[in-house]
Amino acid sequence: MTQHLPAIIIVVPLLSALLVAVFGWIKKTICFVIALPAMGIVFLSSIVLFYKVITENQPIIYFLGGWSPPVGIAYNIDHLSSLVLVLISGVTLAHLIATRQTVIEEFTNKVSAFYTLYILFVTGLMGIVATGDAFNLYVLLEIASITGYAMIGMNSGRAYLACFNYIIIGTIGACLYLLGVGYIYLVTGSLNMLDIASILPGLVDSKVVPAAFIICMVGLMVKMGLFPLHGWLPNAYTYAPSSVSTLMAPLTTKVMIYVMVRVALYVFTPVLSFSVIKPGNGFTWIAVAAIIMGSLMALSQQNIKKMLSYIVIAEVGYMVGGLWLGNRMGITGAILHIVNDAVMTLCIFLAVVSFSSYKKRDKLSDFQGAFKEMPVTAAVFCVAAISIIGVPPTCGFFSKWYLISGGLAAGHYAFVAALLFSSLINMVLFFRIIEIAYFEPFSDHHGKKHHVKIAEASPGLLIPLIIVACMLIILGLYTDELVTHVISHAIPAEIV
Amino acid sequence: MKKLGLIIVLICGSLMLYGTIDFPDWADPSSPASTHLSPYFIETAMHDTAVPNIVTAVLADYRGYDTMFETTVIFAAGLACFFLLRRFQRRAPDVNLFRHMPTGITLRIKKGGKVPVDSSEFERIDSIWVPYDLIIKTTCRLLIPFILLFALYVIAHGHHSPGGGFQGGVILGAGIILYAISHNLRAAKARIKERFDAYMCSAGVFIYVGTGVLCLLMGANFLDYSALAPLLGTDPIMARSHGILIVEIGVGIAVMAVMICLYYNLSSAGRQDEGL
Amino acid sequence: MNEIASFIIAKYNYWIYIVLMMIGLYAMIVKNNLVKKIIGMNIFQTAIILFYVSIGTKRGATIPIIYHGHGDGSHAVHATDYINPLPHVLMLTAIVVSVATLGVALAIALKVYRRYNTLEEDEIFTQIRRK
Repeated sequence: MTQHLPAIIIVVPLLSALLVAVFGWIKKTICFVIALPAMGIVFLSSIVLFYKVITENQPIIYFLGGWSPPVGIAYNIDHLSSLVLVLISGVTLAHLIATRQTVIEEFTNKVSAFYTLYILFVTGLMGIVATGDAFNLYVLLEIASITGYAMIGMNSGRAYLACFNYIIIGTIGACLYLLGVGYIYLVTGSLNMLDIASILPGLVDSKVVPAAFIICMVGLMVKMGLFPLHGWLPNAYTYAPSSVSTLMAPLTTKVMIYVMVRVALYVFTPVLSFSVIKPGNGFTWIAVAAIIMGSLMALSQQNIKKMLSYIVIAEVGYMVGGLWLGNRMGITGAILHIVNDAVMTLCIFLAVVSFSSYKKRDKLSDFQGAFKEMPVTAAVFCVAAISIIGVPPTCGFFSKWYLISGGLAAGHYAFVAALLFSSLINMVLFFRIIEIAYFEPFSDHHGKKHHVKIAEASPGLLIPLIIVACMLIILGLYTDELVTHVISHAIPAEIV
Repeated sequence: MKKLGLIIVLICGSLMLYGTIDFPDWADPSSPASTHLSPYFIETAMHDTAVPNIVTAVLADYRGYDTMFETTVIFAAGLACFFLLRRFQRRAPDVNLFRHMPTGITLRIKKGGKVPVDSSEFERIDSIWVPYDLIIKTTCRLLIPFILLFALYVIAHGHHSPGGGFQGGVILGAGIILYAISHNLRAAKARIKERFDAYMCSAGVFIYVGTGVLCLLMGANFLDYSALAPLLGTDPIMARSHGILIVEIGVGIAVMAVMICLYYNLSSAGRQDEGL
Repeated sequence: MNEIASFIIAKYNYWIYIVLMMIGLYAMIVKNNLVKKIIGMNIFQTAIILFYVSIGTKRGATIPIIYHGHGDGSHAVHATDYINPLPHVLMLTAIVVSVATLGVALAIALKVYRRYNTLEEDEIFTQIRRK
């Protein structure tokens, strides 16, 4: 059965989504009961796949429908994609357990529809990562997007307009990617990524290839929310239901950056991406702008979710910049940061949800006395915060270290400066929250000191939260192993 | 804003026009798109799958995995519409309106009043003015069976002529939507209940995925229909042809149900009373 | 003169798709009404569909349904006689995706209307600012 694992990681969640949709009409509580084992199976299968890829040291290729590529669609699971598969399924599993209560509160009589969309969303992301077919990627991208739109638009108030903008901008992004694939198809006649990669280097002189490259990249940049094209992101994440933004913020942008890495390194090949078309310098400058603007905008926010959304925008800049530095260190940093940032973002967003589980806390000033009420959540929040700032031994330090050394090796000092500047801003941001939450006394309107009661979130939320926080440190401690055994194999040998 | 938009659009447009210089000529038989993969499909599809319509063969077999997710996209859209719009009404309205069909008189019945539920001469309506037209109703009643029949033909004949699950499913859905438009949403809901429709959405996708899983259980790769040959009692090539038909039926059911779901929710803004 | 004419004939399908796409993009950027934006989005998607379908055409070829049908395997099938089926398959998927996006976008527009009682973007913004 192990040779069918690439199909199982997609089929099991898909089937469970259908089951949730049917049985949810009969009994609401059954949704979670179906979703949890499905996600558990997906997580275990991804780990087995990851292990297989590492031990055998070669990609697993699975022919769907029994047709070998380029005729049929193939799944191509190599070091890079198996790593991201484990990441997605792990993040989802932790998130699913942590938000069980929140989901019931937020979607009272539509829980089953929510879980169906939730599972489909994750299925889409898993498929995007696993697929080796450029057009199949678009279809899966649309599944992830449409379910994402629906989940974001479910909150009341400003969420509708934010969601509407997301639909319009997201559709432009996806369509541009589709158009880029069309250009590639026009000159190569193929849709399979490996096949395209073997044909494209022979077409160096064609003007269509750079056009395809630019169109694809712009589409992906819209989807990942890179700075000048980030318009949809802050509002969508801020006004989405909290059980949705905690899932989308760690996953959507990271998976899009994965797609960018995949398209740049495995479709257009390093030769075209870094030597012939050479967008590297320009893209890194865009990333520098993204980091600086994201950090500055984060500084001016009063709403905590909006502040975190702008930090996400800055982090997108880190990874894009690292990728387009074009050297081994930078790309290692970018891939490592995909993993680390997903876990960090999950941790910090879940901590914020935990803070507001009894009392609604949106604004920074609402956090007065919060740390005393919720000491465990506070500790987790601090771990996530120092990881985002980049303090060892948390994982955030190591990916930033690789990114900075990549920047120095490439001689791109502005990128290095932007990274340091952003760390500084993050430090200011998080210490401001810690100061408000820890040092400002919690007092009622009469100025009388209030006796602080400990009111932690439910264990269902706390346990995954603590595990995720521990992961931040474990990932930090095992960075070397991750880089030597996984990421160094994920980068093509041509890149030095 | 208008001028800025115009400038952006003009710049993008001219850049893209410049990009077309190196494009292969239109309808050039020697362009890469026509010479790399497509000859394989054209020359061997019939041999591999016994389906003369190459588009169907590529759609449901060579690239059947894409199509499975295509169905899932549609399913997700229907579900998304339900999720976003549906409002379950908890309390009954204060005033019930009924129309006496032969005379066209509208009755207002306050809460607690006697409601003419049993009589077939009365029809429940939701606003004072609901258009009623005997000619439209009768014409549609005559037309709808033929529309549905044609839809089944389109699904079944996808192997030999333009058609297939998506097209047939849309026509099926359109037939029922026409019924809902010509009568009203309540009448359509009496025929196809919301919950039944939701089950059909899932069932359609389930047929597709289930066929794939069946292939998996038979020991072949996911969606490799030739593994179904022992179950269908044919040779592997005909099994592919039959497998395509099975998934097309699944697609047809899913698309029909989703179209109905979209109409129910969009036309009544999620209240699912009388609709437009 | 002849060269220009043949150049135009060889490339005009691409120009048409770009023009259509830019019309859609313009509507999405500039239009104030949300439904008009949705229509722009649809035009944008349709332009890409047109582009793909125009890749598939082949001079002197017919639709990709094999003429002789079943039970007549002796006839050889030549690739030059039939147009490229792959773009048609891909566009069937893209059409379905665009229908799905349209459905979700309309649902959201309905929700916006229910909340703000208008579909004009500037009026919605003034309502948001007033609060």
